[in-house]
Amino acid sequence: MAIRERLSGNEAVATAMKQINPDTVAAYPITPSTEVPQYFSNFVANGEVDTEFIAVESEHSAMSACIGASAAGGRVMSATSSQGLAYMFEMLYVAAGMRLPITLICGNRALSAPLNIHNDHSDSMGVRDAGFIQLYCENNQEAYDNTIMAVKIAEKASIPVMVCYDGFITSHSVENIMLLETEEVKKFVGERNPVQYLLDDERNISMGPMDLQKYYFEHRKQLADAMRGAKDIIKEVSDEFYKLTGRKYDLYENYMMDDAEIGIVVLNSTAGTAKDAVDKLRKEGVKAGLIKPRAFRPLPYNEIPEALKNVKALAILDKCDSVNGYAAPLFTELTSAMFSKGVIIPTVNYIYGLGGVDVKVNDILDVFDNLKNIAKNGKIEKTTYYLGMEN
Amino acid sequence: MAYNLKEAVAKESRFVSGHRMCAGCGAPPVVRNVLRALKEEDNAVVSCATGCLEVSSCIYPYTSWNKVSFIHTAFECASATLSGAEKTYYALKRAGKVKNNTKFIAFGGDGGTLDIGLQSLSGAMERFHDITYVCYDNGAYMNTGTQRSSSTPHFADTTTSPAGKVIPGKTQKRKDLTEIMVKHNLPYVAQTALFGNLQDIYTKAEKAIYTEGPTFIAAFSPCPRGWGYPTEDLAEIEKLAVNTCFWPLYEVENGVYKINYKPANKLPVTEFIKTQKRFKHMFKPGNEWMIEELQKEIDEKWNYLLMMEEITNKKSE
Repeated sequence: MAIRERLSGNEAVATAMKQINPDTVAAYPITPSTEVPQYFSNFVANGEVDTEFIAVESEHSAMSACIGASAAGGRVMSATSSQGLAYMFEMLYVAAGMRLPITLICGNRALSAPLNIHNDHSDSMGVRDAGFIQLYCENNQEAYDNTIMAVKIAEKASIPVMVCYDGFITSHSVENIMLLETEEVKKFVGERNPVQYLLDDERNISMGPMDLQKYYFEHRKQLADAMRGAKDIIKEVSDEFYKLTGRKYDLYENYMMDDAEIGIVVLNSTAGTAKDAVDKLRKEGVKAGLIKPRAFRPLPYNEIPEALKNVKALAILDKCDSVNGYAAPLFTELTSAMFSKGVIIPTVNYIYGLGGVDVKVNDILDVFDNLKNIAKNGKIEKTTYYLGMEN
Repeated sequence: MAYNLKEAVAKESRFVSGHRMCAGCGAPPVVRNVLRALKEEDNAVVSCATGCLEVSSCIYPYTSWNKVSFIHTAFECASATLSGAEKTYYALKRAGKVKNNTKFIAFGGDGGTLDIGLQSLSGAMERFHDITYVCYDNGAYMNTGTQRSSSTPHFADTTTSPAGKVIPGKTQKRKDLTEIMVKHNLPYVAQTALFGNLQDIYTKAEKAIYTEGPTFIAAFSPCPRGWGYPTEDLAEIEKLAVNTCFWPLYEVENGVYKINYKPANKLPVTEFIKTQKRFKHMFKPGNEWMIEELQKEIDEKWNYLLMMEEITNKKSE
């Protein structure tokens, strides 16, 4: 039976971790995800979980310990943000390259310099090619749900999963959410049954070898194939979760997009704000719509272009910047996918909310205003805007 | 159990031939002899830092690691990786998923241990994991071509501390990791070499592996290419390092020092350094001060050890 609770995003995620009861958690404090290991170490201290908690001396060691733990055969989780994720960078590639199904919670935060503890997506976008599945969450409920699903997706795909939600906006805001019974969660995630692991009583194994050229390419290709295949696994696990909870998840969420003439693509909590803007415009008779990608890795390169192909103007919003003199990652990747699918639509990139700058319904309405003009004229004036910084 | 060389070498080796380490390198016998100390019925997980040992012993699809499970992740995190495996062992054992008695051993070179891996090592030691860390110390980054590390001896010629016309090799002294490990209040810290009948390394490895809690061994590990000596001289160089007190054999058990070997005739350091090209420039006319300084440093450390042995044994009486 579902339980109604009032929890912050971090609390919701820590609660999911408690219900999952992993073998090992290794983590290091960093704002704004610190509360996750903090809550979790309370569960450990009070005997509410069977988990071995390792309070490591850095994020680099957090991911290294997770790799050792997962390779040993355990179910393993960690949490981090920002500089911590950047410090893990090297080990994220190792985790994915070794095909270890680690679940990593990422409370999204800006990267230095200048130092800033508030939310944007520079951290998880900075590690987008590490080989992790990335699931993005709009609110506390999604953070809770995705954490539970992540474990199962990771183990089925043999790829680590990163669950990303907005620092402070989601991590620290308290919302009413629905929790599953712990027994339901345990049944849903089942037990990890690794095929090859260090502590196998039956046989010894060597892991993390050096590959010469040909084997290296083969192994990287296997990882790439597994990431492609992960789309089906995400859908499969999400269907199973839907049957259990009635909460539907796909690779992306389509909000009023089917008949939309102007549309926005945006990740995480800003999607909630953008939905309000869409509702407002719809009341005024404007056919506005929204696509909220849930999986950025693997990229729904067929599905999202297909879903937005009928709009006359599109804005893709990035809460980070590639600083490449052009545009930001969600935009460049989705427009590339659209081009490959033959979906050619006037599309602009909005970089917004860096370092936690508030983005309100009116800001999103400004974007839609621009889209109305683009739809009318059929062309764009420029590709990349910095929302609220144009004057 | 009393050490018996014949019995020790009769055990099935856990590090087997086929690896691509150089002839005359100290690291493979260090690894083989440390692993010999494992009880035959015990399993082990070995975590290895990136370095010569790792890239030569586990090249896909081959491995030289036998009857142990092996993991390599990256350069600086052999300790953290092992700490994750060690903790998971308890979780899986509680869940009834693992039955074997398993020990946890890390190997790293001096670069992966004293330099880039120091934080990870210090963290794992402070967290008091039941692991043994073995540093095979060859005093430079040999895998990348003999660049200086913090373990490189004072004045040694390396590719990034070359003995030039103005700068005479490495201008700084060696970092003393063994003492840094002692200050972590570990139950067991030891410094060893492939000396004599190999009892020293075997006994220390056995103590380290079977002492509960984090333990550390610094193993002297000559490198023929980096140091510039003929491969067949490995044993002779080990012997000279010990007999000059360049590399004292000692152990610290719960803070109590014990020097395991006191040379009856302590040789001058020149006997050791003259065997290796990396110290060649120290014998040039005008460079006598370098030898004097190095000798002074060695004597100071030796006297420190003698003093610590006396003090710590007195205290424990």
